[in-house]
Amino acid sequence: MISASDLRLTFGKGTPLENPALRGMSLTVNQGEFVTVIGSNGAGKSTFLNALSGEVLVDSGEIIVDNTDVTKLPTHKRAGQVARVFQDPLAGTCEALSIEENLALAIKRGQRRGLTAAVKKQYLEQFRDSLSSLNLGLENRLGDKMGLLSGGQRQAVSLLMASLTPSSILLLDEHTAALDPKTAAFVLELTTQIIEEQQLTALMVTHSMKQALEVGSRTVMLHQGQVVFDIAGKEREGLEVKDLLGLFEKQRGLSVDDDSLLLG
Amino acid sequence: MLSEIALYGAIETGLIYGLVAFGIYISFRVLDFPDLTVDGSFPLGAAVAAMLIIAGWNPWIATGAAILAGMAAGAVTALLNVKLKILNLLASILTMIALYSVNLRIMGRPNVALLTEETVLTPWYNLDLAYHHVPVLLFVIVVAVSLILLWRFMKSETGLAMRATGANPRMARAQGIATGAMIVLGVALSNGLVGLAGALFAQSQGAADVTMGVGVIVIGLASLIGGEAVITPSTVVRALLACVIGAIIYRLAIAFALNADFLGLQAQDLNLITAVLVTLAIVLPGVRTSVIGKLTRNKA
Repeated sequence: MISASDLRLTFGKGTPLENPALRGMSLTVNQGEFVTVIGSNGAGKSTFLNALSGEVLVDSGEIIVDNTDVTKLPTHKRAGQVARVFQDPLAGTCEALSIEENLALAIKRGQRRGLTAAVKKQYLEQFRDSLSSLNLGLENRLGDKMGLLSGGQRQAVSLLMASLTPSSILLLDEHTAALDPKTAAFVLELTTQIIEEQQLTALMVTHSMKQALEVGSRTVMLHQGQVVFDIAGKEREGLEVKDLLGLFEKQRGLSVDDDSLLLG
Repeated sequence: MLSEIALYGAIETGLIYGLVAFGIYISFRVLDFPDLTVDGSFPLGAAVAAMLIIAGWNPWIATGAAILAGMAAGAVTALLNVKLKILNLLASILTMIALYSVNLRIMGRPNVALLTEETVLTPWYNLDLAYHHVPVLLFVIVVAVSLILLWRFMKSETGLAMRATGANPRMARAQGIATGAMIVLGVALSNGLVGLAGALFAQSQGAADVTMGVGVIVIGLASLIGGEAVITPSTVVRALLACVIGAIIYRLAIAFALNADFLGLQAQDLNLITAVLVTLAIVLPGVRTSVIGKLTRNKA
């Protein structure tokens, strides 16, 4: 479980470029939930994900992961609990390292690293098994440099790396946005498959309202650094993009701190 | 033509600079951290080893102390960058400048002679070998051991984490790697190797001198880049071999240039030759591909 309460963060405080990215963002994601997050540019989606992963530290508020307060911990100290796939397919993997070396890095996510060989024989079978589930033929290319793979293949491997060891939450930051439609569909399908199979708790940011409704079990919309609506279960079933737009327009006219009116 | 002694001398120095090139490979290539500390850590290693040998220490232990001193210098540079957020290049220049004073303090004077002292080379002269073969033999062993240890390290969990830190720090952090600690470890390791090189250089040349570090970074880079032009560094072991081979080729090139009378070059032209060689090493691979490109285009 991951719980963020009243997160506030302003970039460039006291400068003409002052930009309040998070203005009291609160969200609790329960064990096994798959939450999709939508919002326009500047709504604070990426900042929220960066705050959860530790890439940025919030000015105030609290982030609790599985009963541990991680609010002040840097990224690498949270990595054992927080797995992440980036938007840029090149960001999640190391192109100078081989496929097996990338996977070997991921299998030790958040653990102590020693002086024994990184790529161990006992890992190789696991690597081949997981790679073959991608149906990309990568299981026979363990020694190839990551840089030889296409963006879609690299994103698929990033996803695999994020799910190689257990985590409290998997953060997906518009991870299909930089791919062509066909590859994006493949990566998205792979995402839902992995999340279902391993019963992962996940938070997926997306630009596409359609995607946000099609996958996952709950949808959250952000606007101006806050959650404007949060729908799950029956409410969410059968909802279409136009309903979502309607909801959003309705919310925008309202005072955002008026909770009783949300989804009213 | 080059005499046999000059040839072996060039190989001997080349092997020592191979260790420097290992260090520069770690900072420049693995960590992507342009580190100029080496100009200070090379004479630091020499000074520490020389003073301890004169004080009666076992030369190998003195050499080990030189490695530790080099590592400490590297750690200072890395901490200036990681903790105080000083630009990496500037941080290394600060340490390098500071080390000039430190080295003078350690030695108490600008240079220290070791000619009459027992060094790591002394026992090897009892072997039934030509005098000028001895340092080459010993340094081949030292370089080979260092290469194997470094290769194993780069393949280890920690080594892989270090390589990821240099190649993609954001991804490394997301995998739980403390990138700051990796930079400190890597730059320390790099300068430890350079300290070792300085200690061996002082013992083979019979003196430590406070100015002996000038241009070490350029020579190390020349060796690294030259080696990479000869051996494509597609794997760690190839990259390490490229360092050694590049360093030996560089020293041989210098020896030939100084020996070729028709060029009229003298010892004081060394730094000029170095700069020209580095420029050629950087530019030539690009020229080669563009020339090949033009030729093939003409054919087509």
